[in-house]
Amino acid sequence: MDTEKTYTIHVQGQRAGEVFLSLSGRIEVGNLHLFVSETDALIDQMAPGKLLVNLSNLEYLDSAGALGLLQLEDRARAKSIPFQFNNVSERATRIMSLVNRKALAMKPLAGEKKSNIIEQIGNGSLKIFNDFVSVITFLGDLLTALLYSFMHPRSVRWEDLLFYLKRAGVEGLPIVGLISFLLGLIIAFMSSLQLRQFGANIYVASLVGVAMVSELGPIMTAIIVAGRTGSAFAAEIGTMKVNEEVDALVAMGFDPTHFLAVPKVLAAMVAVPILTLYSDFFGIGGGLVVGVLGLDLTVYTYIQETMSVISVTSICKGLLKSAVFAVLISGIGCQRGFQVRGGAEAVGSATTSAVVAAIFLIIVTDSAFAILFTYI
Amino acid sequence: MERLGRKPIIVVENLTARFGSDTILQNVNFEVYEGEIFVILGGSGCGKSTLMKHMIGLYETESGKVVIQGIDMTKADERQLKQIRLDIGVAFQSGGLFGSMTLAENVALPLQEYTDLSPETINLVVKMKLGMVNLAGYENHLPEELSGGMKKRAGLARAMALDPTVLFFDEPSAGLDPITSAELDSLIKSIRAGIGTTMVIVTHELQSIFNIADRIIMLDKEAKGIIAEGDPRWLKDNSTDPRVKAFFNRKVLEQERQET
Repeated sequence: MDTEKTYTIHVQGQRAGEVFLSLSGRIEVGNLHLFVSETDALIDQMAPGKLLVNLSNLEYLDSAGALGLLQLEDRARAKSIPFQFNNVSERATRIMSLVNRKALAMKPLAGEKKSNIIEQIGNGSLKIFNDFVSVITFLGDLLTALLYSFMHPRSVRWEDLLFYLKRAGVEGLPIVGLISFLLGLIIAFMSSLQLRQFGANIYVASLVGVAMVSELGPIMTAIIVAGRTGSAFAAEIGTMKVNEEVDALVAMGFDPTHFLAVPKVLAAMVAVPILTLYSDFFGIGGGLVVGVLGLDLTVYTYIQETMSVISVTSICKGLLKSAVFAVLISGIGCQRGFQVRGGAEAVGSATTSAVVAAIFLIIVTDSAFAILFTYI
Repeated sequence: MERLGRKPIIVVENLTARFGSDTILQNVNFEVYEGEIFVILGGSGCGKSTLMKHMIGLYETESGKVVIQGIDMTKADERQLKQIRLDIGVAFQSGGLFGSMTLAENVALPLQEYTDLSPETINLVVKMKLGMVNLAGYENHLPEELSGGMKKRAGLARAMALDPTVLFFDEPSAGLDPITSAELDSLIKSIRAGIGTTMVIVTHELQSIFNIADRIIMLDKEAKGIIAEGDPRWLKDNSTDPRVKAFFNRKVLEQERQET
């Protein structure tokens, strides 16, 4: 929009302290600031005893222009200068009547939300505490709903469960496979640089096998699922909150946790361990490629060495971990979704928060498992 | 300065709109004249909002033309579209306000983007616009803190931020109680009277139509186009089309029942 001056202020004459201004052209939103500053300067410069403003030559006036004229009148009156508009057209009168002068002077009903550092720390602490309470409450809700589902399997929405199994599991296979393969490849390549110096090439297979099955397989899969599925759960339930779909469920007497969260959590509990096995397999495959192509090992030797270090127990431990990660990821995704209040921005923060919280919980829980498995 | 001229400001010619294989509108023709309140009317699913979205260039047309201020929206390049969009305002059914911004920030957005006004002047214009729609004092409120009617009015204030030549308003009365709806109608009329804005309004609320419309077109789902055009009062009393009669009479009966 143009900001050029499209109006002129013509001082028609001065008589006994009275100043006659004639306005012509267009006074509109684009040049409001120019008009205000120019008229301000004129009043200061001429210090009139009375100000008469002729509007007969005005071609166009929009609501912002009308605001400018009324502001001019207010400023003149504030300086105790008698003021008068002359030759006001019907249209200009109608536009000026749209400007509610009381509204201009009205203070905002809600103050701007500013707080000092103490308040911010207090609010932050309260938020963390409330968040903790909310997570624990939801966890209780979820466990109750899961228990109910085990006791009443017909109450579970199996169609939804299959749908989420496909979304969280089948559709995640390519990315989990690719990342795990490259991870196995990198571990094998980096470790081979060191182990080759000692002639211990064969231990590359052991290293990759143990690392993938015990730690990297479950953790990498969980992190990928958190990014793909946890965020999707949060966004889906969050949008349902915004659209009042969750309220509708409650109003119809459904338990939203049982209706929305249980199929997702159960699907994740099935999908994530399977994805973990898949990840282990592809990780070892990545190591195998380095072993065969870079370390002159045969496929048979590599697989034999890998199988000698991997036990069924270690695989089961990995699967147990991944099942727990699945509950954490899907649970926190659903909980963050249910927390949404407001609009699109709240859905965005819930999604981010679901992923960050899930990854944090995955790492913390993995540390706990590491200690637990060492002493058991 | 004329209020109700006969100069067409929008010309729709042979507009055909499709969603996939479904034809929603077929060969629709009409004109909107400068300064009039033009209402697009019809039952649910007849393509009222679709027509409006085609008119403002949100949807691509299958064929036909939508000419606003001499520019064909269906063939306009980005620069022309931007130029036209500066000259039109759109108020959406649920307000279309940005949830993360306060009302003041929502209304200030077009002023910040398209003018060089100082923050103080923008603040003043925002206050004026909010005052115009009876939302003075709500500058720092977030949209989620407002009722449906207030959101619509705030959306109207934002759409009117630059005093557009044409204002499109989707379902101003939907979801509002009769009093709030009547207030919004009088607000629409006062804005037209004050600024002379041409209004294109999509609605199916009969009371609202009789309150505000200078001229209407009635769309029909089966006909995939316009089945009546003209002054709503005249059409109510004189139309011989059974669909038009049924629409007006059914609504009148409903209103009478509500009133009793």
